[in-house]
Amino acid sequence: MSMDATRHAGLPVDHGDAEAEMDASRDLFGFWVFLMSDAVIFALLFATYGVMLPATAGGPTPASEYKIGPTFLETLVLLTSSLTFGMATVALKHAAQRRALLAWMAVTLALGLLFLGLELHDFADMAAHGAVPARSGFLSAFFGLVPLHGLHVLAGCLWILVMMAQLLIFGPDPRVRINIQRLGLFWHFLDIIWIAIFSTVYLPGLIR
Amino acid sequence: MSAPVWPALLGRFSWDALPFVRAWAHPDANEIIGAGAGGMVVAGALFAVALLTYLGRWRWLWREWITSLDHKKIGIMYVVLAFIMLARALIEANLMRLQQASAINAPGFVAPEHFAELFSTHGSIMIFFMAMPFLTGLMNYLVPLQIGSRDVAFPLVNAIGLWLTAAGAALMMASLVIGRFSTGGWSGYPPYTELAFSPGTGPDYWIWAVTLGSVASTLAGLNIAVTLYKMRCPGMKLMRMPLFCWTSLCTAILMVFAMPPLTVATALLALDRYLGFHFFTNTLGGNMMNYANLFWMFGHPEVYIVILPAFGIYSEVVSTFSGKELYGYISLVIATMAIAVLSFTVWLHHFFTMGQSADINAIFGIATMTIGVPTGVKIYNWIWTMFRGEVRFTTPMLYALAFMMTFVLGGLTGIILAFPPLDYLVHNTLFLVAHFHNMLIPGTLYGLVAAYTFWFPKAFGFRLNEFWGRVAVACWVIGFYLAFMPLYVLGAAGMTRRTQAVHEAAYRPWLYIAEVGAVILFCGLAALIVQLWVSIRDRDANRVPVGDPWDGRTLEWSIAAPPPEYNFAHIPHVERLDAFYHDKRSHAPYAAPPHYSAIEMPRNSRTAPVLGLAGAATGFALVWYMWWLAAVGAVAMVVTVIARSFVRDTERTITAEEIERTERAWLAEVARARPIPREIENSTANQGLAKVHA
Repeated sequence: MSMDATRHAGLPVDHGDAEAEMDASRDLFGFWVFLMSDAVIFALLFATYGVMLPATAGGPTPASEYKIGPTFLETLVLLTSSLTFGMATVALKHAAQRRALLAWMAVTLALGLLFLGLELHDFADMAAHGAVPARSGFLSAFFGLVPLHGLHVLAGCLWILVMMAQLLIFGPDPRVRINIQRLGLFWHFLDIIWIAIFSTVYLPGLIR
Repeated sequence: MSAPVWPALLGRFSWDALPFVRAWAHPDANEIIGAGAGGMVVAGALFAVALLTYLGRWRWLWREWITSLDHKKIGIMYVVLAFIMLARALIEANLMRLQQASAINAPGFVAPEHFAELFSTHGSIMIFFMAMPFLTGLMNYLVPLQIGSRDVAFPLVNAIGLWLTAAGAALMMASLVIGRFSTGGWSGYPPYTELAFSPGTGPDYWIWAVTLGSVASTLAGLNIAVTLYKMRCPGMKLMRMPLFCWTSLCTAILMVFAMPPLTVATALLALDRYLGFHFFTNTLGGNMMNYANLFWMFGHPEVYIVILPAFGIYSEVVSTFSGKELYGYISLVIATMAIAVLSFTVWLHHFFTMGQSADINAIFGIATMTIGVPTGVKIYNWIWTMFRGEVRFTTPMLYALAFMMTFVLGGLTGIILAFPPLDYLVHNTLFLVAHFHNMLIPGTLYGLVAAYTFWFPKAFGFRLNEFWGRVAVACWVIGFYLAFMPLYVLGAAGMTRRTQAVHEAAYRPWLYIAEVGAVILFCGLAALIVQLWVSIRDRDANRVPVGDPWDGRTLEWSIAAPPPEYNFAHIPHVERLDAFYHDKRSHAPYAAPPHYSAIEMPRNSRTAPVLGLAGAATGFALVWYMWWLAAVGAVAMVVTVIARSFVRDTERTITAEEIERTERAWLAEVARARPIPREIENSTANQGLAKVHA
């Protein structure tokens, strides 16, 4: 196999070192495979949600619980965080810009935490109306799907913190660079899942 | 249940949870069997600890095995785990057959609840902790060697997969000693397994053992798939991979896509049981059909996860022991891929009788039958490979032949079950039990044992005893026919499955035959144990250090047995299929290279065993509602992963001198050895250097 054929399309990890590039290509490919597997989990939860939509058992319904304002705000915050992570990736490309890299990651972290705060506020609001997962099949499906995405965001936030610490300790060594690229894939993946949640959970729920 | 002891610390544990206490209080056959089983687990664990202490082997075990990231050692540990669990599940199978044979218009000796636990653990263990670890172990061991690679893509992920599987198996074992296991079958169907109907620890044991196993299998699949895509040696194009690699690739892809549905199913069931969700309950909008869909979206591909590697094994075995290139390699690859894709299109045939429309049943029935086409292609290919070949009836080959016959019979009964109207008649009967054992025993178990026999000399440097191998074949094959053919009859006659007592005297002869078969199957396992014992005793006479005892075809046979840690001193270049076989015929395959260079290999790591331990502790704590321990375990897992990400010194260098020393010693063995023609490969003259036949 020639080197060119296997080189990954992402950022160069270690200029000129063919073996490190091969390793990076393998590591990133492995993470893509993991994301595919994770995507299956979300796909199944979406399907379960779709089936359980009518199972409200006389309790709260999508129309009574979903609010466009906060949800739209959450969407804006999370999409912006994907942009700021993109900026971090650009900074990563230029090894000298460690401060910029750290700054963009910090902004992403802040947006991620803001998203989680807004989401928790929503959930608390729903719980105050008696819309808790134990109330109906529909609410179980909702609380199986949406908070799982939130848990992923939480894991992403923790991961950002770890990577910031590693940047401070090790600088952008090849492993840190690969892991930031993996983290980037993960963060953008969460955005895509959220877009699916917004457009198949919240929007149709509001139209109804 | 009696009163819990110290709820804050021990959760819902009560003295009644111990089978020994129950047997003391009510000494009937049922409780004594339970206490005996628990006692065997405790005695086995104590014996292992005492033996290791007596031999002073703890440090060795920790350094050489538990913390190892060597894919070969991880593979071997997987297989050892599988054998231990096979022994337990086979004993349970014998107990069940004995119970049914003795409970014809009589109570038998096992209580209904206990019988239900037996079939639940038997199924769960055989699938998740016997078949899965066995095949994962084989893939781990063989795939890098067959593609000319030094290692797998993610050695640490690989070790984590092993230790999470071991954690799940440990929970299965713990359920024998503390508390009770699920009575809900290996598929754990709600609403029966919901809190309302099964409030005990059983379904929780099932949930967490299976969840650990399924997460581990996802990781294993990811690792194997990436290894096959990214780690092949130069020239090893996809269409030059040995067929076992192809089936491993398909299996790995199936694991990546089919294990998540199981994880979702068990996680949602856990949400129902622990947090009062209503995914699968009878009330408040829950719908158990969600579970049926989720479970079988895993469960059907799972059938092919456990069978495809065996197809790869049979391909290698048949080709090697026929001395011929695999007939129709390309069609075998296409058939493998077709089976992998079709496996996702038929899951609904597992619940034909649960109320969907006739049209849906017809579509899934037809989809099911189409799987017979690529499988038929494979059977013909193996037959044509043997045709005009120089067939040697060695132990692995005998398994392959028995498989071909038996598997076709099972396939025909599968076609019967694929007709929804016929399925309505026999769905919940022993006919179905007979069918899937007919597929899985020859299709998976024979394949796994054939692989064990075939590659054992590669892994350990000496051959297994051929006589006891043949005894084992005879027991597995005869035992299978006696144990399962009667079940077809009983099923067709209407005997339902999972029945603890029987009220139809006409079933008696068939149940007796099945019981005899189960005992003979157990003798098969005993023969394997004797074989291992005899082979270890006689190992000096049967060493094959050169590494090619069967005139092998693929790269793993081109190196020493056992292989060095780094597998290949020089990464091979491959020009064609069965490269090593043709190398032997065209030029000297054992020539010393001009120079050796240093190799970097992963350093041992404590991360994986720590994660396994924390995973087992978390699972156990969740079963018993010991919330503090669950929190400690979960936090420990997160902290371990983060701490590991800060470790930079993860590789160690094997110096060029060390490699040269190892390789020179091996090449000296090659020079000393006498080439052995195939006819006497099972004699002690065989030192692993095959005589080249033109």
